[in-house]
Amino acid sequence: MADPLFEYLQRLGDDSLILAQRLCEWCGRAPSVEVDLSIANMGLDLLGQAQLFLAYAGEIEGKGRDEDALAYHRDAAEFRNCLLVEQPNGDFAQTMARQFLFSLHRELLLEALTASSDTRIAEIAAKAVKEVRYHVELSSDWVIRLGDGTDESHRRMEEGLDWFWRFVDEMFELDALETELASSGIAADRRALRGEFDRRMTEVVERATLEVKPSQWPLSGGRRGRHGEELSRMLAEMQVLARAYPDARW
Amino acid sequence: MYTTEMDKKAADAGLAQNDAEDPAKVARFEERVAADEFIEPNDWMPEAYRKTLVRQISQHAHSEIVGMLPEGNWLTRAPSLARKAILLAKIQDEAGHGLYLYCAAETLGTSRQEMIEALHSGKAKYSTIFNYPTLTWADIGAIGWLVDGAAIMNQVPLQRTSYGPYARAMVRICKEESFHQRQGFDLLLQLVNGTPEQKAMAQDALGRWWWPSLMMFGPPDDQSPNTARSMRWRIKRETNDELRQRFVDATVPQAELLGLKVPDPDLTWNEERGHYDFGEIDWAEFYAVVRGDGPLAKERLKARRDAWDQGAWVREAADAYEAKQAQRSLAA
Repeated sequence: MADPLFEYLQRLGDDSLILAQRLCEWCGRAPSVEVDLSIANMGLDLLGQAQLFLAYAGEIEGKGRDEDALAYHRDAAEFRNCLLVEQPNGDFAQTMARQFLFSLHRELLLEALTASSDTRIAEIAAKAVKEVRYHVELSSDWVIRLGDGTDESHRRMEEGLDWFWRFVDEMFELDALETELASSGIAADRRALRGEFDRRMTEVVERATLEVKPSQWPLSGGRRGRHGEELSRMLAEMQVLARAYPDARW
Repeated sequence: MYTTEMDKKAADAGLAQNDAEDPAKVARFEERVAADEFIEPNDWMPEAYRKTLVRQISQHAHSEIVGMLPEGNWLTRAPSLARKAILLAKIQDEAGHGLYLYCAAETLGTSRQEMIEALHSGKAKYSTIFNYPTLTWADIGAIGWLVDGAAIMNQVPLQRTSYGPYARAMVRICKEESFHQRQGFDLLLQLVNGTPEQKAMAQDALGRWWWPSLMMFGPPDDQSPNTARSMRWRIKRETNDELRQRFVDATVPQAELLGLKVPDPDLTWNEERGHYDFGEIDWAEFYAVVRGDGPLAKERLKARRDAWDQGAWVREAADAYEAKQAQRSLAA
């Protein structure tokens, strides 16, 4: 069994990395230049967080792997991201629905992690939480604007959120590994964040004139490497160059 | 990034002689420009000056936006997280440049909507360089080094251009462009010091991007009829050929430093002139690409149109939401 802290840091890093990669797919294709800018901005923040968490993960593992070795030379089943972040972009409403649900959970998680007994995690969280707070603001604004915009945008936003309800619970799962880490004050108790998440999420969704629809059959498995079909295809693109020239440095 | 003014039409000649314009105003304007004063949005200016500027600034803005596509082509495949972050930051800068430039052009009375429609209809041009494909990762380095390098050559003098908002946008843009050029050079430096495949990739990229980069400075001076007027108006501060020569002189030693061969058998140092002599540019290719026959011209324009069309519902929703909010605050 791998070091629990190594596992945990991969979860934190992979969530950021996979979502950043999805946001990169929007480059040059957003509805306006301003939106392109804001998506790039969020992508950059997330990439930076991924680098910090994965570099630390590599150090804890102690096998000489750095953040690039982890990002580019693991297969899909070795990734520890939640299922929500790997979901395809869909249209702009779907992308913003994903961003909103992820960022809100992430803000609460990072806030809790600023008090982690692991000072390195606490430091990364303190930097990242400021960035993610802005992502929550930006994506909430879009959820509201689209939900309460035109008939078409309302329908699209509803469909966007509907794509993701089944992936929300996984973000708040606390398995044995995290329970253990939480008891020593390293990890945050994700379950304790759920009430605040639901309250703030519902407020935004209602302002968007939409409905919260809890899933009757929530999906999970990302933390154990059980992903959907899309992840390996996305990684094939992301990793192609690094894998084609494994001896090269870039 | 950059565009030179490539889309000159003889029709402008008539505008310059617009009889309706008060000769005293024209004279006063010419005096101010000659004295290197900035012209501001509310100042009087000849119609031809306004039109030329709108065309030049909007071409530059379009180039920034279209230029995101060839680089975005490698963003999802960037081979390290640090390189991915640098590239994403660079592309983000370009979107920002596009935005300041659209704003600068809007101060001349043309809306962003009109400018974007002109781009999508093929009426407005953008830099021909972006109609070439990015085939390997080394192309990202070549774009930074050569394309942004050429941009700097052209834009540094434009920081003193006569139209205030354009000059000020250029000051900000130039700072970021020199960072872009350095990152491109650094990317290639890493490749030429890497494996034989990486070095070959870098050489191949220089081979493909060298000539299109020289074309970025626009047609030769003897085929650039409006240059004299644009220089008098301080819209342009140096001629295409002067800037092209400066670029060659600065770039050849950098290629030597990289250990890469510039694909021009006629390239030699001319002691007497104190400049490099270089071979003839394929002007037939240049004009073909300007006309819209570049290798990826159709793809680039289609990508921009698709993004715009597919985003229409988002922009409409944002407007509708804003209108509802305005109504609500009135009612409240």
